[in-house]
Amino acid sequence: MGWMRKDLLTMQELEPAEIGLILDTAASMKEIAGREIKKVPTLRGRTVVNLFYEASTRTRTSFEIAGKWLSADVVNWSAAGSSAAKGETLLDTAKNIEAMSPDVVVVRHGASGAAQLLARALECAVVNAGDGAHEHPTQALLDLLTIRDKKGHLEGLSVAIVGDIAHSRVARSNIHGMKKLGMTVTVAGPPTLIPPFVQELGVKVCHRLEEAIADVDVVMMLRLQAERMTGGLIPSLREYARYWGLTRASLSAARQDVLIMHPGPVNRGIELAPEVADGPYSVILDQVANGVAVRMAVLYLLAGARAQA
Amino acid sequence: MKPREKAQVLDETALERALIRIAHEIVEKNGGTTDLAFVGLRTRGVTLAQRLAERVTGIEGVKPPVGALDITLYRDDLGLKAAQPVVRGTEIPFDVTGKIVILVDDVLFTGRTIRAALDAIMDLGRPRAIQLAILVDRGHRELPIRPDYVGKNLPTSRREVVAVRLREHDGEDRVVIEEPEE
Repeated sequence: MGWMRKDLLTMQELEPAEIGLILDTAASMKEIAGREIKKVPTLRGRTVVNLFYEASTRTRTSFEIAGKWLSADVVNWSAAGSSAAKGETLLDTAKNIEAMSPDVVVVRHGASGAAQLLARALECAVVNAGDGAHEHPTQALLDLLTIRDKKGHLEGLSVAIVGDIAHSRVARSNIHGMKKLGMTVTVAGPPTLIPPFVQELGVKVCHRLEEAIADVDVVMMLRLQAERMTGGLIPSLREYARYWGLTRASLSAARQDVLIMHPGPVNRGIELAPEVADGPYSVILDQVANGVAVRMAVLYLLAGARAQA
Repeated sequence: MKPREKAQVLDETALERALIRIAHEIVEKNGGTTDLAFVGLRTRGVTLAQRLAERVTGIEGVKPPVGALDITLYRDDLGLKAAQPVVRGTEIPFDVTGKIVILVDDVLFTGRTIRAALDAIMDLGRPRAIQLAILVDRGHRELPIRPDYVGKNLPTSRREVVAVRLREHDGEDRVVIEEPEE
């Protein structure tokens, strides 16, 4: 099957076969990272604009490297120091950027649905690089690729997602993707950080760390998003770290072949103890490397879909 | 629109003889197997490259390395089709620099695939030479490219399809000309 969508906005809308196509394409892209000269001519003459309204190191750099390895011209735009700081609206900014004929706009924005809004307004391809607490599809795709690389398959695997589920677009995208591919998902965290009705996404809910991580194939620790905490959700960082931080001691409840994942940036000593983040079960840096491959795959597939529109 | 088989070009025996002859020509032209490496174009070129390498091993007793090249990222028609072609990945487990690379594909037609393959190999290093081995040369070149080793020269019309069927993929060793039904 071929890729027919103009945009990549959510994991929720993707068919399992589409997820498979992106992962297979990304797996092929990984070979380029091992080359001495990391460049293929595929997207020569195409322009990718990174439109970032929120801070980002990993994701923006990852999209930039992905575009450059495919020979696209990559332009970075960030809200700080731009027309947005002067009060221009998201749509006006996007329309102005579109007037300069980009092929793909990669957008990160604090408002859920921002990427959908742009996708409807713009004729070029739009990639959601994180919209509020809604979705972050390329993160879920790189997580799935990392798990598939390490375990050899995805169907039937069990995953515990631990931490600030309520504010996490990473959790939401992963839950949608994992459920579609036949994986079992448990979410765990303090009750204030578990969204009500989350069971309707087909996940189990657990309120004890040791119970959640016992007997799963993958433990995905989420960043405690201090910038999205508006008062009273947790008593203190110290208490959170004590009950929900993954340490060598709490890890003893997990299986011997467990994978420890984290979307970054890690709050060392809060959700992840340094000895776990740097330990033998950690695949955090594999996730980052796979991020470039996944974004190369997405840019490649979207650049083709646009031409027939 | 099911393709209709018009004629058989090579049967199992003739295909095998063509490969043995090409293997001998490769060894003769290069004076042995020193620095020789095979790179097949996905999908059937890879199978043919493996078979040629085995025939060369049978002659010289040394097995040259074999790699698989996917030229999708180097195509000149990206964006012209409805959906992007599937990327299947390049696996070349040796350094091409200094090697005599024998590029292998099943059918040579416009030459555009070979142009892409040359660019793809050059991106991986600097081979001493690249030579082209083709099972069927069907003519209609659009670029100045010519093969060094040919299994069979086959005059065709543009609307005909040359189908190379190999045991590993299609359960039989055979080359046929097909024509799409109206």
